[in-house]
Amino acid sequence: MSPRRLFAMVYKEALQILRDPRSLAIALLMPLMQMGLLGYGVSLDIKHVPICVYDQENSQLTRAIDSRFEAAGWFSTVHTLHGQAGVRRAIDAGECIAAVVIPVDFSRTLAATGTASIQAVFDATDVNTSNIAQGYLQGVVAEVNAGIEAQWLAAHGAQASGIGQIDLQPSTWFNETLDSRNFIIPGVVAVILALIGAQLTSLTVSREWERGTMEQLISTPVTALEVMLGKLIPYFVVGMVDAAVCLGLAVFWFDVPFRGNLLTLFTATALFSLVVLGIGYLISVRIRSQLAASQIALLVTLLPTTLLSGYTFPIDQMPRVIQAITLIVYPRYYVTILRGIFLKASTLLDLWQPLIGLIVFAVLIVWLAARAFHKRLD
Amino acid sequence: MNASAAPAIRVRGLSKRFGAVQAVRGIDFDVSAGEIFGLVGPDGAGKTTTMRMLAGVMRPDAGTLSIDGVDVTRDPEKAKLHLSYMPQRFGLYEDLTVGENVLFYAELFAVPRRERVVRSAELLHAAGLEGFERRLAGRLSGGMKQKLGLVCALIHTPRVLLLDEPTTGVDPVSRRDFWAILYKLRESGVSIVMATAYMDEAERCSRLALFHAGEVRHCDTPARLKAAMPGALLAVLAAQPRIVHRTLGGLPGVLGALLMGDRVHVRVDDAARRTPELEAALRAAGIADARIEPTVPGIEDVFVALLGTPST
Repeated sequence: MSPRRLFAMVYKEALQILRDPRSLAIALLMPLMQMGLLGYGVSLDIKHVPICVYDQENSQLTRAIDSRFEAAGWFSTVHTLHGQAGVRRAIDAGECIAAVVIPVDFSRTLAATGTASIQAVFDATDVNTSNIAQGYLQGVVAEVNAGIEAQWLAAHGAQASGIGQIDLQPSTWFNETLDSRNFIIPGVVAVILALIGAQLTSLTVSREWERGTMEQLISTPVTALEVMLGKLIPYFVVGMVDAAVCLGLAVFWFDVPFRGNLLTLFTATALFSLVVLGIGYLISVRIRSQLAASQIALLVTLLPTTLLSGYTFPIDQMPRVIQAITLIVYPRYYVTILRGIFLKASTLLDLWQPLIGLIVFAVLIVWLAARAFHKRLD
Repeated sequence: MNASAAPAIRVRGLSKRFGAVQAVRGIDFDVSAGEIFGLVGPDGAGKTTTMRMLAGVMRPDAGTLSIDGVDVTRDPEKAKLHLSYMPQRFGLYEDLTVGENVLFYAELFAVPRRERVVRSAELLHAAGLEGFERRLAGRLSGGMKQKLGLVCALIHTPRVLLLDEPTTGVDPVSRRDFWAILYKLRESGVSIVMATAYMDEAERCSRLALFHAGEVRHCDTPARLKAAMPGALLAVLAAQPRIVHRTLGGLPGVLGALLMGDRVHVRVDDAARRTPELEAALRAAGIADARIEPTVPGIEDVFVALLGTPST
């Protein structure tokens, strides 16, 4: 390898990137757009679930319960319904996910027997949301119960017995506010880097084939390794700039806490960039048309990163076979590392497993890429 | 430039097949230092495939190929140090400037900086591209692009220059510049192999290989090829050359008739005997203004005479 030829390749490629509006747009605007789109668009939190309340009794007590639903911040009460038919209609029309029915004799039964029921009807078409809504409702009811119990005890001049009661004291670590955005945004960064990285390099070699510049290039003493590095190095710089932009947006715009160390982040990001750029390059070498190469790059990066990297769907919830498949879905390692660094302040040592995963992929892909290109037309 | 006795380029039994098509069928030729060797023939005759194999960018299926003693099939990278190849399609970067393209190719061949500055100034001057250094290559005219291609190909002082139809679509002024550079190169001992579709260019080559259906049918100097042409050539000038062409085509003693713009080249077995016969035939066909005179054959005539088919 000649450093001089390598530098010539890098310089030439850098000039071409700077003069190609398409490459520049992918490199600079895509991360901003996608961070906005995915950062705002994807959230697993369920807030303001629409519920309907059919308060048959409509007493001071039941109205207090109604207002608790709203005060919790999880629900927005849409309708106070009249009649059982109204409940049915509201669920059918999709006006609410859940309907709460407080019976007409609620207060009386409570006073007489010490317990009373309220009914909750769920629209379970969206299982996830209805489950979560159910959980929220139970939470609200538990609070109401505690209030009633305290009142009763106070009214009877007694102290809480404290017998037979288990008090769960949850303490949430790493994402104290239980904000799913903190969990998703690091994953979004991985998705964006994978998409852009492979897109950028998928065009570089195929463009030279298409424009006819490759035929002349391969008639010179330049080596295959120099061609590969000459193309990867400038795009590596672009990839790292994009990573910095995305990670910067995550921290300073989306307020995802950053607790880890920058060197760890840099190491992992550099390895991941190498993998995605290498994949794009591999595709580009094999597919001599720019359009086809960029389509294939999109396919091999978008699907695995969004579905199997664990960025939205937790890997440990997948069937075993799929879990095994995710071992070769390289973005999962980077997603794991990013979450570790961002939220858990994990160190290089803590993250050795996914780091080894990334290193194995980086070595494999670069090795394949170095072998893929031949200085021949046939 | 040591002009050795051994040929600069030596081709033996070179073959290349693409699927069912045998593009090149076991061709042989030698090119010595300081020669301009022309490849002539119709499209699809195997010229470009041969050029690519010479340039080391395509592997032959069979045969040997050496450039300056280096076996191109075995060690193409070593051969590439001393050759330059200009593909048929413009192969430079249109989004780089003239100067940047020259710099890029100079660096790939590790041309020392001082030498590069002097040489690129010389070459750009010779190519009439002075003052265009900062223009994007994509903004140059067709002729200027080809001359820039030549400048980039010559920046590292190659010993062998391979040009695949370098002047196709190039304006006459640029072609003249182009040839002036080639003649100078020949003087300095560079071997030039050039595929061309222009017969006037073929005439300027030291030797020609006439390609037909993947074979080199004839290979000699233009003068000897012409001498080898059987029969004598007559030019018939008339107002209606197409009718002349049709009239004279099948007459006894006529070996071939070729329409050449405003005239018809008729090859006959014996000029003295046949001229009056042709005149009579034309008069009989109602053509009175025809003038018949002996003429010097061009490469096109030779091509048709030797291969029975036009060159393009």
